[in-house]
Amino acid sequence: MAVPVGHWLALSAALFSIGAVGVLLRRNLIVVLMAIEIMLNAVNLAFVALSRHLHSMDGQVIVFFVMTVAAAEAAVGLAIILAVFAQRRTLNADEFGRLRG
Amino acid sequence: MTDQPTTLLRLIPLLPLAGAAICTFAATRNLRSVAKIVGPGSVLAAFLVVLAAVARFWQLPVGSALIDRVWNWIDVSALQVDLAFRLDALTSVMLLVITGVGFLIHLYSLGYMHDDPDLPRFFAYLNLFTASMLVLVLAASLPVLFIGWEGVGLCSYLLIGFWWAETANADAGRKAFVANRVGDAAFLAGMFMLFWGMAAAGAPSLAFADVNRMAPQLAARSPWLVTGACLLLLTGATGKSAQIPLYVWLPDAMAGPTPVSALIHAATMVTAGVYMIARLSHLFVQSPGAMEVVATIGAVTAFFAATIALVQRDLKKILAYSTISQIGYMILGVGVGAFSAGVFHLMTHAFFKALLFLAAGSVMHALHGELDVFKMGGLGKHLPITSKTFLVGTLAIAGVPPLAAFFSKDMVLEAAFMHGHPVLWFLGLAAAGLTAFYMFRAYFLAFAGESRMDPHVEAHVHESPSNMTIPLVVLAVLSIVGGWVGLPHGFLWGDRFGEYLAPVFAHVGGHGGEHAEAGGATPLLLMLLTVSVAAGAIFAAWKMYGAPSTLPDEMEARFPKAFALLRGKYWVDEIYDALVLRPYAATSRFFWKVVDSAVIDGVVNGVGTVLSGAGESGRRLQTGNVQHYAFAMLLGAVLTAGAWWLWR
Repeated sequence: MAVPVGHWLALSAALFSIGAVGVLLRRNLIVVLMAIEIMLNAVNLAFVALSRHLHSMDGQVIVFFVMTVAAAEAAVGLAIILAVFAQRRTLNADEFGRLRG
Repeated sequence: MTDQPTTLLRLIPLLPLAGAAICTFAATRNLRSVAKIVGPGSVLAAFLVVLAAVARFWQLPVGSALIDRVWNWIDVSALQVDLAFRLDALTSVMLLVITGVGFLIHLYSLGYMHDDPDLPRFFAYLNLFTASMLVLVLAASLPVLFIGWEGVGLCSYLLIGFWWAETANADAGRKAFVANRVGDAAFLAGMFMLFWGMAAAGAPSLAFADVNRMAPQLAARSPWLVTGACLLLLTGATGKSAQIPLYVWLPDAMAGPTPVSALIHAATMVTAGVYMIARLSHLFVQSPGAMEVVATIGAVTAFFAATIALVQRDLKKILAYSTISQIGYMILGVGVGAFSAGVFHLMTHAFFKALLFLAAGSVMHALHGELDVFKMGGLGKHLPITSKTFLVGTLAIAGVPPLAAFFSKDMVLEAAFMHGHPVLWFLGLAAAGLTAFYMFRAYFLAFAGESRMDPHVEAHVHESPSNMTIPLVVLAVLSIVGGWVGLPHGFLWGDRFGEYLAPVFAHVGGHGGEHAEAGGATPLLLMLLTVSVAAGAIFAAWKMYGAPSTLPDEMEARFPKAFALLRGKYWVDEIYDALVLRPYAATSRFFWKVVDSAVIDGVVNGVGTVLSGAGESGRRLQTGNVQHYAFAMLLGAVLTAGAWWLWR
């Protein structure tokens, strides 16, 4: 029994919304980074679901791209967070409102 | 009729100009001794060069001129103007007057300005003035003349306001400048109009030689253009030469140092208008209407200014109105076509009026600036040289034979009568009587009779030093003999002056020259009439002011309104104030307060206010918080998607 594509898309939308709300509302940079990962994976889920539904491999290929980019982004993001933390001793996003050196 | 090239003429204005530069330098370093040598010295040098140039000019055949092309000044396709100087008979007379009388006045200034801390600045201005005036009379074309025309106006302004620390002096300078500007604007317009006509006639040039040559053709093409140009040029002349309606600045110009009044506001600058009309004689005679206006302005001004001078108390003001009146004679002379008579009176006037002003300055010098003739009296005892030379000047201006103005004034009046202007002649005759009266009134009040001086002042009265009295004596001699070059036709050597100038001027049509009709008994009768009017006026002045008399007070009691009118100078200043200055100021204020401040500034500031207000409120969006931006993006994306979904 196959789960209909609408369910997958609804789950993807729900995950994306959770991620977006997390990005908007949370102040801890690590949590914000995690929320971005959730949004990325929500999009991946939509790609995979539609790929299967449309019998096309394009979506799955894009997902690989997204995963590699996301890995790179996570690495860079975490590195920045570490550097910021070392400097400021906090991870509250509001504290970094000003980018002036 | 060929012009002989030379490079001598450029030296003439250049010498005083260099003097002005050196004196300016001396003024900044306060090198008084340098200015004292260079100031009069540069004018003396110019005088010597003028003598050399005139000597060379006299060797040329009659009708020729010396010409000095310095460089091509304006080169705009058809309009070609050379910076060129030209010396002909008329210019030679003007040059001799300007540098000769000018040098005497510079010499006098050494004594007069002796204690002034700004003496170098004074000589710098005076030299600059001399240079400008020399450019004016040497110019070979109207644009070059205009350089000098503006230059003398500027120097007049600078010198009237020389003691600028007193507001009244600075105001007088400004008044002179503005009144001159009104005339200058008309002068420029006249020049443009003339060029327009010249270009249309196929000779796009403003050189005097070309204009005078083309004048008949211009008049044949469009008489109204010639008349218009002449009237505009005349307006310029009324500004510079202090004629009705623009004469109002000259009485106020007496605020300047007295040598300035003598040099600029009597001998030279104010005669520039007369010179200009005489220079363009061939153009002016082509427009009988314009000539009529010129003559009328001259005669009316001569009479009008003389009546004001009757009741003035200030010695320099009397002389100022007298100057306006005498320039009226010159304008009358050129207006009736007797150009050489006008220029002749210009020359003699330069002698005797410079003398009178310098003598008045000598009186001021002795009395510590007192100018009210009713507070003088009996000065003849204390100031023998000044009073005698002043008497010579007074006799000369009154037209007593055989002094200078007798011949020149008579020549003007005779020409006015002979050329068919009996009304103007009568005005001139009446003005001659008034002139004799007010000048002798001033003489009797100041130099004769009992002293009415303040005892403190009287104790210090002294004759001026020799560098002031020598110019007085020289000018007195010139005031006596200066008229002998232009004797009446047929008497001794006759009118040599007129013959000398004749090649320069146009001859009024039909008469074949100014003196062709002379020789009958009429000129002699006119002369006798003029002399008897002058003699009567002198006698009246002696009756009223020479001997102790209550006559002036009785007259004033009987005609209070006439006296008030004359004391108020016909309220011309007040009328101009009400008719021109106030409306002009009100218009300016309207444009300032309403148009500029409210409308234009309102629009400009309004744009700024709206933009900065928008920025101020828009600034709140820029929190710098990434999460807010992300929220805005999400919101935008959702709204876009929603809108797409709704209106799909």
